[in-house]
Amino acid sequence: MTINPTRLHELEDMARRVRRHILTTVHAAGGGHVGGPLSATDMLVALYFHILNIDPTNPQWEDRDRFILSKGHSCIALYAVMAERGYFPVSELITFDGIDSRLQGHPDMARLPGLDMSTGSLGQGLSPGVGMALGARLRNKPFTTYVMLGDGECQEGQVWEAAFVAARYRLGNLVAILDLNRLQQYGWQEPGGMRPPLDDPRRQWEAFGWQVSVVDGHDITSFVEALSTARQESDRPAIVIAHTVKGKGISFMEGDYSWHARVPTDVELARALAELELREVQP
Amino acid sequence: MKSAKIPQWTGDPVQPLPMADVASRVAAGLCLVEEARSNPDIWALTSDVLNSTGLVPFAKAFPERFLNVGIAEQSMMGIAAGLATCGKIPVAATFGFLASMRACEQVRSDIAYPNLNVKIYATHAGVALGKGGTTHHALEDVAIMRTFANMTILEPADVLETQKVMAAAVAHQGPVYIRLRRGPGPVIYQGELAYQIGKANLVREGNDLTLIGCGRTVGECLLAAALLTQRGISARVLDMHTLKPIDDEAIAAAARETRMVITAEDHTIIGGLGGAVAEVMAELGLATPLRRLGVRDIYAGIGGEDELLAKHGIAGPQIAAQVMQFLE
Repeated sequence: MTINPTRLHELEDMARRVRRHILTTVHAAGGGHVGGPLSATDMLVALYFHILNIDPTNPQWEDRDRFILSKGHSCIALYAVMAERGYFPVSELITFDGIDSRLQGHPDMARLPGLDMSTGSLGQGLSPGVGMALGARLRNKPFTTYVMLGDGECQEGQVWEAAFVAARYRLGNLVAILDLNRLQQYGWQEPGGMRPPLDDPRRQWEAFGWQVSVVDGHDITSFVEALSTARQESDRPAIVIAHTVKGKGISFMEGDYSWHARVPTDVELARALAELELREVQP
Repeated sequence: MKSAKIPQWTGDPVQPLPMADVASRVAAGLCLVEEARSNPDIWALTSDVLNSTGLVPFAKAFPERFLNVGIAEQSMMGIAAGLATCGKIPVAATFGFLASMRACEQVRSDIAYPNLNVKIYATHAGVALGKGGTTHHALEDVAIMRTFANMTILEPADVLETQKVMAAAVAHQGPVYIRLRRGPGPVIYQGELAYQIGKANLVREGNDLTLIGCGRTVGECLLAAALLTQRGISARVLDMHTLKPIDDEAIAAAARETRMVITAEDHTIIGGLGGAVAEVMAELGLATPLRRLGVRDIYAGIGGEDELLAKHGIAGPQIAAQVMQFLE
């Protein structure tokens, strides 16, 4: 599954739109996460606009590909992508985090059609992904189940319970995506700098029997190719380890963990939006 | 609330109820096999406790619908949730203490919150695994599960009711916690049994007071009622097989028509059957005296199942003796 330059330009443009939605929505709501959603944005755009076999007009379609955002706190990026993809009106984004909104601070599948799993408690998303992959295999359904994990949440033991059994059941129709932005809310400050959440994710996932590839999670072309390769092997689950930057796209947020869940001020929002506009006109 | 000395019955003994010829977990496993014969969507998952949960016959009958997720209860609940989204009816089987406590948050967030059609098959309820000690007792599970919105909690009293519970659980759309035991238990029902989720069974008529049991304690309440006739006391016995949603009407009728309500549960007296009955009576403004029998805010200690039931005052003779004390 390759991407021609025109298509790539469209996807990159969409990623900028999504970043704008993330910033303006969190600013308007006065709360929410920023850093993690921005690190996941390019991959979510690639998934929803180029990879997933889905039909926004029929969100319960049985053969659709499944996607679980295990790092559920980054859901504003997912909501923005789903709105742009046509699951609900873009104008509904303004309800984010409000009372009775379908767009809760962590995703609620019972409220919002198109969400394949309710998530938010870290480390829990891969297990339902295993269940869906088994469900597909048992019913001879052709769909693939994708689960996006944060690197921080891989410190939870349940991730590895699921990783173990996915390999044992040879779930070649399960693809995990690791948003490796190398920051968590607090972490470990060491003399040489901040120690990342995981020391050696490739070795850890390989040790659990997974097919591992490593890409730049902001390079849509490479990411799409890696996912395409990941699905080719039929008897091993695959993980695409995506190197990303927390706060990606906004210079003063990139790599700064204080933007994990900080609301931009009016001035910061204006600066951030200006940066996104500027990039749009660059060659 | 702390444990007081349990009085002993000083009257004559009565004939014990006949015991089932099959262990309750084995009976539960066979009931699930029967359901699965006519329902191809039923799946069984276990966290490596196939023998302990009585699911060997299921795994043999339907190897393609059986899954061992390994010793990983938390992940099992999530996997079951994922299967349920694909139209399956996953039955996730493990010990009650693991289902309700090790995997507590996964049951809440992955199953109850999205209201997914997962059945939690929780064995070794209460002190059923008495000699396993406190780590293996499930004396808190009803209290925990009762707080989860969308959750239904069923506890059969004997083999015949286990068939009814299993059929009703599978037919019910939404999460169900099925509280099961381990070894053989007394036979309560014979012949036809009308069963409906949320509707308590009247197993013995009586006018003076009401004994409410669930699961194993239904038989103990029947024994106590038989003993109490020696003192001229007519005790009604209710089988509260559905702990959630609880049968408010049966509780209200008991409180209005008899002079005392006594609950007996193989569970902590906090938040389980006794707690649920107290909530209903208090909110209806029913001032009928209520006594809760069960494990009184302590860890049950080690011992055989029957020894522990007697020690904690929820075996028939001890229930009857305490009732006499309450009446004094």
